[in-house]
Amino acid sequence: MSKIYNAIFAAGITFVLACLMIGVKLNTEGTTLTVSGASGEQWSWIVGGIVLVFLAQLFADRIDTLFGKLPKPKIGALLPAEEKRATLKPWLLAALIVGLLVWPFMVSRGAVDLATLTLIYIMLGLGLNIVVGLAGLLDLGFVAFYAVGAYTYALLSQYFGLSFWACLPIAAGLAATFGFILGFPVLRLRGDYLAIVTLGFGEIIRILLNNWTALTGGPNGISGIEKPTLFGLEFTRRAKEEGNVPFHEWMGIDYSSSYKVIFLYLIAVILMLFVVYVINRLTRMPIGRAWEALREDEIACRSLGLNRTIIKLSAFTLGASTAGFAGAFFAARQGFISPESFIFIESAIILAIVVLGGMGSQIGVILAAIVMTILPELAREFSEYRMLLFGLLMVVMMRWRPQGLVPMKRPHLELNQ
Amino acid sequence: MSQLLLDVNGLTMRFGGLVAVNGVNLSVKNRQIVSIIGPNGAGKTTVFNCLSGFYIPSDGSVMFKGEQIAGLKDFQISRKGLVRTFQHVRLFSKMTVIENMLVAQHRHLNTNLLSGLFKTPSYRRLQDEAMDRAAYWLKEVDLLEFANREAGNLAYGQQRRLEIARCMVTQPELLLLDEPAAGLNPNETKELDELIIQLRDEHEISVLLIEHDMGLVMGISDHIYVIAQGTPLADGTPDEVKNNPDVIKAYLGEE
Repeated sequence: MSKIYNAIFAAGITFVLACLMIGVKLNTEGTTLTVSGASGEQWSWIVGGIVLVFLAQLFADRIDTLFGKLPKPKIGALLPAEEKRATLKPWLLAALIVGLLVWPFMVSRGAVDLATLTLIYIMLGLGLNIVVGLAGLLDLGFVAFYAVGAYTYALLSQYFGLSFWACLPIAAGLAATFGFILGFPVLRLRGDYLAIVTLGFGEIIRILLNNWTALTGGPNGISGIEKPTLFGLEFTRRAKEEGNVPFHEWMGIDYSSSYKVIFLYLIAVILMLFVVYVINRLTRMPIGRAWEALREDEIACRSLGLNRTIIKLSAFTLGASTAGFAGAFFAARQGFISPESFIFIESAIILAIVVLGGMGSQIGVILAAIVMTILPELAREFSEYRMLLFGLLMVVMMRWRPQGLVPMKRPHLELNQ
Repeated sequence: MSQLLLDVNGLTMRFGGLVAVNGVNLSVKNRQIVSIIGPNGAGKTTVFNCLSGFYIPSDGSVMFKGEQIAGLKDFQISRKGLVRTFQHVRLFSKMTVIENMLVAQHRHLNTNLLSGLFKTPSYRRLQDEAMDRAAYWLKEVDLLEFANREAGNLAYGQQRRLEIARCMVTQPELLLLDEPAAGLNPNETKELDELIIQLRDEHEISVLLIEHDMGLVMGISDHIYVIAQGTPLADGTPDEVKNNPDVIKAYLGEE
């Protein structure tokens, strides 16, 4: 009986939510708002959805067993043997990197642009993965460090004319400093409390950027940010600086605007590879293990002589610096930034990437970043319901694969006896 | 008389109006196994929490190797060579056995970020030493074959042993064991018994023990302290304590 109640309840909630979100629409007509109902087709979709939820809840157990019976692909059997894999790994990695570098010359400009955006999200995801996945500190204001990185480059470039390459480490360093300053008072908090404070911090940074009009331009943002150069060569039709030659003239080829897009993509690939390498090393270093140990059991850590303040701060600082890195590149790519780009939803998406990918898992986070940036592009006609789809994806994941796409694997350490 | 490794005088811990520990005196010499016994709620674990820095004692002095350690932070105390275990197993259960052992040696490793990124010679050397020490202690507690298993998947008795190995790998001089035999079967208790004696005799450390298993306590202790309701009741060799009328009264009640 309780199953039927459950199913009716779930169907009821679906009905209420669907009516509010899809069934009713606000339109502007001239200066007034009018309420219009959904079309007949949409109503039939809503009814269909309600029936689906009702049935799914009613037969939840059976669906679960059916799902469990599905033959799982035996990935282990498809892959070559353990020893062979070890020798193949560097070759595969090399092939992957070459593929990443060659690929943009064969596809459209839009695809390359989207790939660049994906790479930014990969960097952000990997950065947050340190804080949330490894150290277990729930940070809901991660976008603040991204904003710090972006504004650092934009402002330094605008006021002092510093180049992208000089600003990259400065942006990472400044974001790290912000992480450190925020971390000090906040890290004695745990769990939900930490989440709320970081959420507040994220909003403070955004509102500060929005209101400090004299410095940041307020809601108008900063435009005309310098693009990165290749050893001083610009990717414009005509060189901006006196006596400078643009890239295409120097190479002796015709001008094409796609060179710039590809160049940005290549920078993003290099930055991403750098971030992946550093974080990969970190997880195998004492500090990486200490982060995880702290997540597992803080009291045991203290009893073993680990200074939790320093360990937590380092996680926060390094995560923030990665975001700063990504932020500086973001500013350079867009050429225009405003506080609009650094709203809470961005933090939520980055967090969703980490959770979806599998806490602590690098490959998982990379895959999830790709899914989360490319899916919305593929499903453009559903753009209004983007958040709804994200929510659905999350629910499905939590139900059937709570450990994430690719759960973290423990490194196998060989003992010399 | 040899120098006291641990010398506790008038240790008192108050939580608001509640006096959990009242004027406890303890001393542990080098290479000694000392036990604290007492009925449930007597304040034994509170004493441990005060000694290991998890609580800051309200009053009294704690001298470790002739140095005042009352008021130091928990991690500072454990770095001085006073390491504890807990009543409930506290392993890093999602991490492998060997990783547990490496985390414990955090301060013996080269934690400089750059040297780790570039795998400098000093980083490698310290890492190798840590691995060797981990392997040595895993062998001592008979867990070497499980080195790459997740710690949470070990049997309960193995988890208890791993916890002791994890403490030992930090190279302590005094080991505080909080009810190490809780939940072990008689066989495992006997092995634990041997392990603790081995720690004293071969590895020359001292052990301060809280335990309810009287067989274990009476068999291996050099000295026993009895605490009841936070106050010291008696102390002496196992035989003296066994025959002390006050101790019998505290445990069995008055006739």
